Amino acid sequence: MSSMLGKRAVSSFISLMVLIVLVFFLSRLTGDPAALYLPVDASEAMRDNFREIHGLNDPVLVQFTHYITDLVCFDFGDSLRKARPALEVVLDSFTWTLQLALITMALVSAAAIALGSLAAFHVGSWLDRLASGLSLIGASAPDFWIAIVGIVLFSVTLGWLPTSGTGTVWHWVLPIAVLFIRPFGLILQVVRGSMITALGSAYVKTARAKGVRNRPVIFVHTLRNAMLPVITVIGDQAAALLNGAVVVETIFGFPGVGKLMIDSILQRDFNVILAAIMVTALAIFLMNLLIDIAYALLDPRIRT
Amino acid sequence: MATPTTDDTKAPGALRRYARMLWADKLACAAALFLLMMLLFAVFGPTLLDGAASKQNLRARNAAPFTLERGFLYLLGGDALGRPLLARIIVAAQNTLVIAAGAVAASMAVGATLGLIAGYAGRTTGEVIMRLADVIMSFPSLLLAVIVLYMLEPSIGNLVLVLAITRIPIYLRTTRAEVLEVRERMFVQAAQVMGASTLRIIFRHILPVILPTLLTIATLDFAFVMLAESALSFLGIGIQPPEITWGLMVSQGRQYLTSAWWLAFWPGLAIILTTMSLNLLSSWMRIALNPTQRWRLELGGKRND
Amino acid sequence: MTEHLLEVRDLSVRFHTARGMVNAVNGISWHLDRGETLAILGESGSGKSVSASAIMNLIDCPPGEITSGQILFEGRDLLTLDAETRRDINGRRIAMIFQDPLSHLNPVYPVGWQIAEAGMAHGLPRAKARARTLQLLTRVGIPDPEAAMAKYPHQFSGGQRQRLMIAMALVLKPDILIADEPTTALDVTVQAEVLSLLEELQEETGMGLLLITHDLGVVAEAADRAVVMEGGRVVETGTPRDLYHGASHPYTRKLLAAAPGKGEMRQPDEAPAPILQVRGLEKSYGPFRALRGVDFDLRAGETLAVVGESGSGKSTVARLLLRLEEATGGSALWKGEDLLQKSPRQMAPLRRQLQMVFQDPTQSLAPHMSVFQIISEAWAIHPGILPKARWRARVAELLEQVGLRPEHAERHPHQFSGGQRQRIAIARALALEPELIICDEAVSALDVSIQAQVIDLLGKLRDELGLAFIFIAHDLPVVRDFADRVLVMQKGEIVEQGSVAQIFDAPQALYTQRLLAAGLDADPDVQADRRAARLALAK
Repeated sequence: MSSMLGKRAVSSFISLMVLIVLVFFLSRLTGDPAALYLPVDASEAMRDNFREIHGLNDPVLVQFTHYITDLVCFDFGDSLRKARPALEVVLDSFTWTLQLALITMALVSAAAIALGSLAAFHVGSWLDRLASGLSLIGASAPDFWIAIVGIVLFSVTLGWLPTSGTGTVWHWVLPIAVLFIRPFGLILQVVRGSMITALGSAYVKTARAKGVRNRPVIFVHTLRNAMLPVITVIGDQAAALLNGAVVVETIFGFPGVGKLMIDSILQRDFNVILAAIMVTALAIFLMNLLIDIAYALLDPRIRT
Repeated sequence: MATPTTDDTKAPGALRRYARMLWADKLACAAALFLLMMLLFAVFGPTLLDGAASKQNLRARNAAPFTLERGFLYLLGGDALGRPLLARIIVAAQNTLVIAAGAVAASMAVGATLGLIAGYAGRTTGEVIMRLADVIMSFPSLLLAVIVLYMLEPSIGNLVLVLAITRIPIYLRTTRAEVLEVRERMFVQAAQVMGASTLRIIFRHILPVILPTLLTIATLDFAFVMLAESALSFLGIGIQPPEITWGLMVSQGRQYLTSAWWLAFWPGLAIILTTMSLNLLSSWMRIALNPTQRWRLELGGKRND
Repeated sequence: MTEHLLEVRDLSVRFHTARGMVNAVNGISWHLDRGETLAILGESGSGKSVSASAIMNLIDCPPGEITSGQILFEGRDLLTLDAETRRDINGRRIAMIFQDPLSHLNPVYPVGWQIAEAGMAHGLPRAKARARTLQLLTRVGIPDPEAAMAKYPHQFSGGQRQRLMIAMALVLKPDILIADEPTTALDVTVQAEVLSLLEELQEETGMGLLLITHDLGVVAEAADRAVVMEGGRVVETGTPRDLYHGASHPYTRKLLAAAPGKGEMRQPDEAPAPILQVRGLEKSYGPFRALRGVDFDLRAGETLAVVGESGSGKSTVARLLLRLEEATGGSALWKGEDLLQKSPRQMAPLRRQLQMVFQDPTQSLAPHMSVFQIISEAWAIHPGILPKARWRARVAELLEQVGLRPEHAERHPHQFSGGQRQRIAIARALALEPELIICDEAVSALDVSIQAQVIDLLGKLRDELGLAFIFIAHDLPVVRDFADRVLVMQKGEIVEQGSVAQIFDAPQALYTQRLLAAGLDADPDVQADRRAARLALAK
């Protein structure tokens, strides 16, 4: 098991390295921050000074070396926009995103597994059709559209929920509801499919021939096997959320890492972009590791 | 064990056969008709309605929907500049679908080719290609979009490029996984025993087997890419006015949400109906393109999977 | 009327399938008494397993319904009992084991727990269930039972897994054990061991054993009585001896006639020079040596059988010769040219002369191609054999040669039965007009009667076309009927080779003797002798 995890860790690490290099060079290609940060009528000297302070006048390779050494020390410099360490800015936002992602994924997983399993037990029933319908809508709905329709309906017309910000519990309802839809549809489909496969499997037949009661057949024999493909999808969806739910965070003014990232991109706040990419990449890396461990715990076949 | 059936001795044309199977699944049939309609909009819409869609009419600013007094084109209301929404949606179908189709076609072509190479070549080549896919997967697609769209201008072609790059890994991984599985099948080995060349094995034996899977994914992905393009346009880094897509229309209508909900609602509905149709068609294809599942549709019976 | 332990009366079951409602069994009746072994004998599609599913209340997967009949267990009709009562009978009073134990054991739980669960499901306390499991694992001959408890199904061999299933079934000492094809995927020596284990356990507990099988040999070896089924009906019932010597129903007679291993043995013709000389053939996978110095000759027009159990390396020989895998050492001279040294380009023209028929025709025929495309591909690959204009006529000719009809050319493989598919695969091999056809377990997946037809076809082609065969098989009776010479392999080495008569009548190597003794014969009297021989060898 440890060798498998080690292999996965090494390959993810290589990907991370390539990502780091790509980010550096690609982000330098998007234009000169000096042009953006200073007033249009700033003098050439002021521009030069700005570049000097932020090390933008050094040869690219020198900048790159600084970049790498700083990375290794987890020092991303200050945010160009907010005079605070970039890492701090990012971690602030990331905490919000992490909460949002965790709550959403917990709700999605519980709901999708419950409804997906029920649909699998009663293939062809109204419940099954409801599940198929929901997962179809979930996979088809544009989140920004759902978000603004939600705002019109629940905030503007009915006045039940706040439109944006974070203050109270109610502020979380709409963002979570909107984020819920797509992963719910996808996971529901996978749960249903793998549950049907597991219920029709030969080992379930054996369990029933042994005289095992219905409940343990489902909860002991079937569920654990059916969860194997499911946790992979849950991992993928959680990763997408950790990357920042840009659209939803923007619409609801939610101070998460997705909103931070797009704001920083639009304003060329390189240090923050970099810190944000590294933090989310690390978070996703750790989460994939967790998924791998969960997989290995559930399935003895890949442990050997 | 299946006994030979005689129904295929007549061998109706493949087209008629698929039409019959489509007819057997009413939902998929409706979806296909809807998509066909959207396709016609995309092809003929701009030539027929371009004038109407861009003509401003101050008296029809934010005109309410469901009234024919301003003419058929104002059935869904007017936008902030008084342009008819229905006409604009029809015209925007072209950009929306062209971008999605371009991105899907490009990512499928590149992804499938790389996937075939990764699956059929040696271990090292395969590993390198897979790591490349990992990098693309872990690269925030939004960042990529911004970089490319700033470096180059946010034109339709560049939007296609960005979306295509982010979707390559999907096809690459699927193709590679399928190739690795199919190349071990006995019929591939039987072809090797006959002396078939590598190219022949790939194109005659492996590709036809994995093509249905790829097409099914592409249909599904078409919906996904449409949503991604809409999101980019919505955020203001996708397509720029005066070009229009449905996503941009939603974005433009957003500020009038409280006073004129229809500005953002109709283009959003167009997106949702199109993506839903694509999803429905994709699940139909999953069955129709699989020779061992096809009977479900050919019997015209109830679908249960 | 005396009461039987278990009696099935007039049972009819139908299933909802791809092709609508199918009556799987139609009014079948049979009974089983305490301490008795009843075999239900039938080929695929005969409905032989359906009554077992009905007894175990497993009929709903795939969806099916019982349309008439009774299943009397100790006088009570199981079909009228409520679900909870039936669940309680399952595993406690009537237990079942299946073919393919790997998929029938839950992959994610330790086997010790899975066996103990059979007891715990019926209220046996955990500690007692564990103790009983340990005792049973010892009884069924699992090495190091204490450690085995914590292992998972994939960590055992096929034979061991079936022993685990048997242990699982016996936790609560059931009155009836139903065994559905319990030895089908197992090697002959393992099959013999499992069957004798079942027999011993039956003697110890006095349970009734219902043995569902397609194998006449299993019936002859283990059954007290047999029920022969065809197309969902019972066609004949009797003791194995009565059935063997005096079958009254034509189907039973056909089945017995199809059983291989009774004909004249062929005398190899020593005259022709060898066309294939294999010397020192080696194959290693890392440290594991799958083949160790294999030497043999093949003469023109000769049929050489390669027999051995799983892991003997017999299929590896074929794969190396056809360059589906690369050998790690040795040579294979085909008419003086070393096949193993050829580059892919040099190999291409030689491939015409060497063709192969695979085990499973379902997998060896491309599902997306029509029969015409499958067969004519040979000529597309090797231009110059046949001008394109003549392809259609030649495909029709080949199809007729293998016993199919020309109009089959436009169909796809999934529209044929297993035996027909194998005929298509043979037609494909013939399209290149080869001199040697390698058959890798080419008839093992087929029903006995189909198997006999395909063997007849191969024999006919051998005589008409003068083909040489390398016939890889684990099934000795088929080899006895078809081969000229036999090569016996064990663990990557040849243990013995000789003419078919030498091998079958006077085997020299102990392994060959054990293999022959473990094989089951359809004739109960022959089988009794075999059994004696096997017991003698075991001592």
